[in-house]
Amino acid sequence: MEVYDGEFIRELESIAKKIRMHSIKMIYDAGSGHPGGSLSCADIVTALYFHILKHDPKKPDWEDRDRFVLSKGHAAPTLYAALAEAGYFEVEELCTLRKMGSRLQGHPCMGKTPGVEMSTGSLGHGLAAGNGMALAAKLDRKLHRIYVLCGDGEMDVGETWEAAMLASHFKLDNVTAYIDRNKLQLDGPTEKIMSLEPLADKWKAFGWHVIEINGHNMKEIIQATNEAKGVKGRPTIIICHTIKGKGVSYMEGSLHFHGKAPSDEEYVQAMKELGGP
Amino acid sequence: MKWKIESQRKQYGRALVELGKERGDIVVLDADLSTSTRTADFAAAFPERFFNVGIAEQNMMDTAAGLAASGKTVFASTFAVFGTGRCYDQIRQSIAYPKLNIKIVATHAGITVGGDGASHQIIEDIALMRVLPNMTVIVPVDAPETYRVVKAVSKMPGPVYVRVGRADVPTVTKETDQFELNNAQVMRDGNDVTLIGCGIMVSKCLEAAEELAKHGVDARVVNLHTIKPLDEKTLVKAARETGGVVTAEEHSVMMGMGSAVAMCLVENFHVPMKRVGIPDVFGESGCCDELMAKYGLTSDNIVEAAHDVLRRKK
Repeated sequence: MEVYDGEFIRELESIAKKIRMHSIKMIYDAGSGHPGGSLSCADIVTALYFHILKHDPKKPDWEDRDRFVLSKGHAAPTLYAALAEAGYFEVEELCTLRKMGSRLQGHPCMGKTPGVEMSTGSLGHGLAAGNGMALAAKLDRKLHRIYVLCGDGEMDVGETWEAAMLASHFKLDNVTAYIDRNKLQLDGPTEKIMSLEPLADKWKAFGWHVIEINGHNMKEIIQATNEAKGVKGRPTIIICHTIKGKGVSYMEGSLHFHGKAPSDEEYVQAMKELGGP
Repeated sequence: MKWKIESQRKQYGRALVELGKERGDIVVLDADLSTSTRTADFAAAFPERFFNVGIAEQNMMDTAAGLAASGKTVFASTFAVFGTGRCYDQIRQSIAYPKLNIKIVATHAGITVGGDGASHQIIEDIALMRVLPNMTVIVPVDAPETYRVVKAVSKMPGPVYVRVGRADVPTVTKETDQFELNNAQVMRDGNDVTLIGCGIMVSKCLEAAEELAKHGVDARVVNLHTIKPLDEKTLVKAARETGGVVTAEEHSVMMGMGSAVAMCLVENFHVPMKRVGIPDVFGESGCCDELMAKYGLTSDNIVEAAHDVLRRKK
């Protein structure tokens, strides 16, 4: 197992903090959006763009780049913040989210925003799209990898399981999927709306290599991803246990902020908490 | 009229295999119907570039999107009833919206599916596909044109829907004919009324024109193979020169080809018009000819519609 020194991890954590602040500011400026699910996946997305992905922000069309598909497209603010911080476009552009004429649509739009690999937003599509990219990579004998981030609510979608079967059937060991297991969906707790457990067993039964981690622990995210790279002949899913609204006390574990922008006072408090020591 | 009857699907299979030989970027997906759609021909020739996803059309369309996003030219095939309605969201979100290079070639469209009955007889696929932004919609008229269309769309960037039937259909085009997108083919000239058909109904229009000629009516016949983008120039010219239009399609009269033509003419050159097509009802099991007779898709129905238009012209 690789050893990551404290300073390296702390650096990633400070980027994640910045990305959380951008996300909240973008949603506040736009007056709408999905803060809860944007915050819960911020650490995973940060680890991807600032350590895991082989990519070049100056050449978004580079053929051999790793691909990242944000299947839970409503977390677009987090994706855009990461893309901007990584250098795909100026950070100043983030404030245009959801506004007329912006390249930053409410949900990711391929071809409009540099670095966005697939249009998403309608849930349950991303894993299958990632599989298509993985099949293409195999056909072309390319070594780049495909990463897909799903929300746990997407486990309700039948197509997710169609894609789970396909990746396993075609032995797509170049696919690594993450589940942002924040345990809340729009209408309530996942286990109350449509129970998912035993989730790990389901993925194992579909032929995937399954890892469970704390999705807010940078070291665990990176180590699990490294483990996935070594798995041959089958895809890997990393169930990331997370907290919806992570980083803002009154949003944590709250259904209220699934799809609602913070008020003026809430915004001030959120930024204070996120920017705090 | 005596027609040569040929399979569109066979020509689809043939064109795919040729494309596979010519180009390494061609990949083909099917959803457990490859022997029926004839993508099995490609699968046999190029097994590594063929992916059978099983009975999972939604999965097929999104997998196609990922392949296309990685530079592949993707043909995705299944029966039209499953390849449109069942995966409409996937086509909308992941193919049409990002303008990906995917050709949905759907077979077994329309009521001529026959014995399988209404569950398999999609009569609304043109409607579903033509309202999607960025989507091109083509209904090849016969077997040779199916071959030409498949070759042509492989060179066109972006999403395309190609509608093919199950039944063997009359060959009405010549080997030497060319397929030009957005360029409707005038099959027969005439000045009294225009009969506009797509797919199998073009042969019915030609038969109707022969019948009308016996009554001294000089009918023009147009093969409107491309429903979107619409060849407005040819349509308006026909309306202006003949003063009356009949459309004929093996599809619901709600929002199919006839509706597209009506919308074009009402805004550009308004003439008496009649749409021949399946009324707003589901089909049923039966053999092709019986079904076409019951649901109003015969040359007699077109002749009758033409007379109605001619009366209103005066």
